[in-house]
Amino acid sequence: MLRYLVRRILWAVLLFVVVTLIAFVLFFLIPANPAQLACGKACTQQDVQRVAHALGTDRPVYTQYGWFLGRLMPVSFKGGPHLKKPNLGRSFVNRRDVDSVVAEAAPVTASLVFGAMILWMLIALPVGILSALRPRSLLDRASMTGVLIGISLHPVFIGLMLSFLIGYEAHLTPIAGYANFFGGLYGAPGGPIQWAYHLILPWITLAILNAAIYVRMIRANVMETMNEDFVRTARAKGAPEFRVMRAHILRNALLPIVTMLGMDVAAALGGAIFTETVFGLNGLGYNAIQAIGNYDSPTVMGIIVFATTAIIVMNLIVDLLYAWIDPRIRLV
Amino acid sequence: MPLLEVKDLKTYFSTDDGVVKAVDGVSFSIEKGETLGIVGESGSGKSVTCLTIMGLNNPKNTISMGEALFNGEDLLTMSPGRLRQLRGNDIAMIFQDPMTSLNPVHTIGTQLVEAVRLHRDLTKKQGRARALELLKQVGIPRAEQRIDDYPHQFSGGMRQRVMIAMALINDPDLLIADEPTTALDVTTQAQILALIDRLQADYNSAVIMITHDLGVVAEIADDVVVMYAAEVAEHGPVEAIFRKPRHPYTWGLMGSLPRLDTDVERLVQIQGHPPSLLRPPSGCRFHPRCPYVMDICRQVDPVLAPTGDDPRHLQACHLDEETKSREAEKLLAGMMAGAS
Repeated sequence: MLRYLVRRILWAVLLFVVVTLIAFVLFFLIPANPAQLACGKACTQQDVQRVAHALGTDRPVYTQYGWFLGRLMPVSFKGGPHLKKPNLGRSFVNRRDVDSVVAEAAPVTASLVFGAMILWMLIALPVGILSALRPRSLLDRASMTGVLIGISLHPVFIGLMLSFLIGYEAHLTPIAGYANFFGGLYGAPGGPIQWAYHLILPWITLAILNAAIYVRMIRANVMETMNEDFVRTARAKGAPEFRVMRAHILRNALLPIVTMLGMDVAAALGGAIFTETVFGLNGLGYNAIQAIGNYDSPTVMGIIVFATTAIIVMNLIVDLLYAWIDPRIRLV
Repeated sequence: MPLLEVKDLKTYFSTDDGVVKAVDGVSFSIEKGETLGIVGESGSGKSVTCLTIMGLNNPKNTISMGEALFNGEDLLTMSPGRLRQLRGNDIAMIFQDPMTSLNPVHTIGTQLVEAVRLHRDLTKKQGRARALELLKQVGIPRAEQRIDDYPHQFSGGMRQRVMIAMALINDPDLLIADEPTTALDVTTQAQILALIDRLQADYNSAVIMITHDLGVVAEIADDVVVMYAAEVAEHGPVEAIFRKPRHPYTWGLMGSLPRLDTDVERLVQIQGHPPSLLRPPSGCRFHPRCPYVMDICRQVDPVLAPTGDDPRHLQACHLDEETKSREAEKLLAGMMAGAS
């Protein structure tokens, strides 16, 4: 188990370096001068060069990547080896610490993603199971039609329609915006109720697509598992249908769903860009889009670091969880 | 009153291609402590017969008719709740493939305890003690440790032993074994059969043994039902079937018995393929493959009737008694000659 963990962590480090390196190089290849942008239109050629020197963008890409990695290290060798706080550097555009940008955006995205996940599982589990139990019934046909619609509609469209109809026309929810869970800053609305009230439309938007995908997966898995021999064995033992479903069918049918959920949540944590953009949520995806538009590579890299870490960690959690719930899998 | 009396059982499946008559008028009965062998090719309806008795067919596309009286109660018409009380408690079943018949995510202990506690008001601890007792009886080595293992940690033979333990854990009156040895290697087959035989004696259960292996039937059965294309071709006590087989299909089955003690180059096989149950042949269903086919066979389905000398020995064939005796004797003489 310990060996397994050590190996997984080493792999994670390698993966991390590769992902960030590719992102870094890609960013370097964009034919734009961040210094020019940061400096402004009125700058002379000399001013731009001074800004470029201050930002470090006049140095080769490997030097810049080295600095980036150096900032992430918990130790520094400048002036004798000593411990330091790892950091993500500062934005090219507004000189803010990227750490605090990520720290502010991550809870917004996490609120959106985990809330939406609960919502889509609450929809997908019962609908998927009931559809599997009664294939070709009215419910099944209705839910399969819903699945098709949910998969086909773009989240931007869903988000805008919800925002317009429920927020703007019906005045039932805010049109956009976010409220802090732990109380608002500077007189802005805050607290759990405002938080949920502001997030309800984003949750629905993000949940619709995923609910559709999960209904289909759960339905297919349950239907497949229902025909397994061990389900017949359970019935032959005299188990009531509810017990057959819970202890024998679902326990097996939901195993792959766990993996899927882990991956999807991790991917969404990297930024549910469409939903965040439509509802003006200041989350990771929204920030990433802004930063890319400004050639603000430290901010983009910061968000990539966070997203990569989230995916790696979720991956590890899913694998550990899987080994725990599926006895056939051993971690070696 | 027999323990189980099946009368004119019919099971039809509706499929996209039409109605498949998987079991079409099967009758037999079995007394307490007896063993009934049901023999036939794949698709002859032997498994479906037993799944129908257990109520394990998919109810959505299945129609069952006739009666299956278990201690006088009709299994086909009783409430699902009552059927659940009987299943696993009074009637238990062992399936063909032990590799897939156990739930992979629960330990065998959990699955055995579940089987007890569905029918007995026992604590988990008592259930576990009972499970352990059964595992020892079916010959699982180091049962105390193995009870907490998962199915994938057992070999096929051991898994089938676990299945048998699970079936016998509530001391059922009737045990249905659906080709319990087909998926196992020959040595293990013999062990499993010996185990079922021994436990049957211990528990005084009646056993229905479904198989396509006449050797198995000869070994353990008291009565034999030979099924062909959803119908009973021949039915009688085991000595009668083996000493005086009266149906060309039974002869065919016997001819295809592999014998280790002869140097026959090839097994004699029954020509042709089993018929489609969507559109069974007219008249006698065996006629397209029967070497003794007559005109009447193509038009009239023979009724299952007692043979001349034994009222318990039933057969469904148009051939006259004399020809049947002669051909059966020729076949047996041939087998004896081969054996000596």
